[in-house]
Amino acid sequence: MIIKIDDITKVYENNITAVDNIHLEIKEGEIFGLLGPNGAGKTTLIHMLATLIKPTSGTASVNNYDIIKQQEEVRRNIGIVFQDPSSDDMLTGYENLKLHALMFNVPKDEREKKIKSLLQLVGLSKRANDRVKYYSGGMRRRLELARGLLHSPKVLFLDEPTLGLDPQSREHVWGYIEDLVKRRNLSIIITTHYMEEAERLCNRIAIIDNGKIVILDTPKNLKEKIGGDVVRLKIKEPNLKKLNFDYIKKMKVKGEYLFLTVKEASKHLQEILKLVGEVETVELRTPTLNDVFLHYTGRNIMEGEPEGGYVDKIIRARARR
Amino acid sequence: MSEITGLYALWLREFIVFRREHSRIASAIFLPLLWLGIFGTGLGTKVDIEGMDYRTFIFPGILCMAVLFTSLFFGVYIVWDRKIDFLKEVMVAPLSRTTIFMGKVLGGITDSLLESIIIIAFGFIIGISYSLYSLLMTFAFILFLAIGMVSLGLIIGSLMESPEGFGMVVSFVAFPMFFLSGALFDVDGLPTWLSILVLIDPITYAVDGLRGTLLGTSRFSIVIDLLILSAFALIMVILGTQFFKRMKV
Repeated sequence: MIIKIDDITKVYENNITAVDNIHLEIKEGEIFGLLGPNGAGKTTLIHMLATLIKPTSGTASVNNYDIIKQQEEVRRNIGIVFQDPSSDDMLTGYENLKLHALMFNVPKDEREKKIKSLLQLVGLSKRANDRVKYYSGGMRRRLELARGLLHSPKVLFLDEPTLGLDPQSREHVWGYIEDLVKRRNLSIIITTHYMEEAERLCNRIAIIDNGKIVILDTPKNLKEKIGGDVVRLKIKEPNLKKLNFDYIKKMKVKGEYLFLTVKEASKHLQEILKLVGEVETVELRTPTLNDVFLHYTGRNIMEGEPEGGYVDKIIRARARR
Repeated sequence: MSEITGLYALWLREFIVFRREHSRIASAIFLPLLWLGIFGTGLGTKVDIEGMDYRTFIFPGILCMAVLFTSLFFGVYIVWDRKIDFLKEVMVAPLSRTTIFMGKVLGGITDSLLESIIIIAFGFIIGISYSLYSLLMTFAFILFLAIGMVSLGLIIGSLMESPEGFGMVVSFVAFPMFFLSGALFDVDGLPTWLSILVLIDPITYAVDGLRGTLLGTSRFSIVIDLLILSAFALIMVILGTQFFKRMKV
């Protein structure tokens, strides 16, 4: 186990419990996803593992180093890409990497070689000597990804790695992450509230809500746990009483829509339509992680206001000094 | 060894940014030159102190002022680092908080020293005569003053959320320190209440020491001045390290 989290809790000064008694083990070489809405406690958990915040109770270990007692060893073993941009935009991309290499004491003879190959990996070789303030949001993310890898960490934390990026840049970042795992002996912990991100990248996913792990499994198993396909009917007056079948696992009316979770839906759809009443539209799909999230928390993951902090921060960072 | 490399990295960053911001050094030497050129010359036509031209008399004080302001206001960069989240990047590096604090202090005193070189050069023009000894002593005073004031600025910065708030607080600290230091007047024969305040102000000993070094007139012995100032610098460094350990990211 590369990471062991032992009943960790964080209560902030305003009495908000951001992380509530989480127990978790993460295997070496795994891409592990922490999935949850904004404010679920994902970032707090990661910051505790990265020694930036002290837990209120409990502890954790990273590569067998305790995050409270052996902070410097932990820091040597981890790389982290923060949710908000954290490079110095007065410096060039190359300079940001060089400073990082110096701070992490990367041996002198390896320094330049590593910087060069990482710049190549994230496709920034040509822009290495431009100041970061002239980078786009996606380029900055990629630079910080390279920076997080520069000291060859055992564990890489990615906090919302594609938040605020356009679809093309997002695709790029995903590509680099997949590439990394293939090439290096690296464990990655990703926080995200994008379902497609978790689904595409992660070996296992923990759904986090209100500081607690709601459920933990592989994306495939999570979807199977729903017990069937999702059928959405637009219908004014559904005749719910007639839909008394074993293959209907769940029924829910939301506005003018009726949501059904149906086992082997394609086989039973005709029967349902015959009995339920006058249907305007029908939609049938295999469950997504969003359905999983809805199933376990009763809410949509994107409900509530989006933070949009990333883009905001870049704009503010540019107005600096 | 890794702490020294880290210290160098932190200093290097400050130095690169300083070099790229030409407005920073220009604005830093503009005010002292105004004081010397206009205030010193203007008041100097009517006033002389201890048989000295007023402009010459205030030169050590203005030099201290330049160092005081640049050093104290340098603390704003720790507020910026937190705001742009670069502080997080530094805080996850395997470096001690003492090293992180000292890296910032080194960056700040580099700014102050470079600025004071320009003002010392300007001293030639207005007729200050230097010897090797007086130059060395001058830099010793400037160094300790800068260490103390950069540390104080960083302590304030470690507690502040916004650069605007920092500016307000530091103005409240910087101006009284400057006015009470005797930079602009002779501290002999003051009313008791003012005299006490002057003695509490650490800048007093920098101004007095520099006046002794450069102009040959001082109220205390230069050794006493240097001892008090270095003790102040040491206390500020120790305090600053403690504040950095408690600082929120």
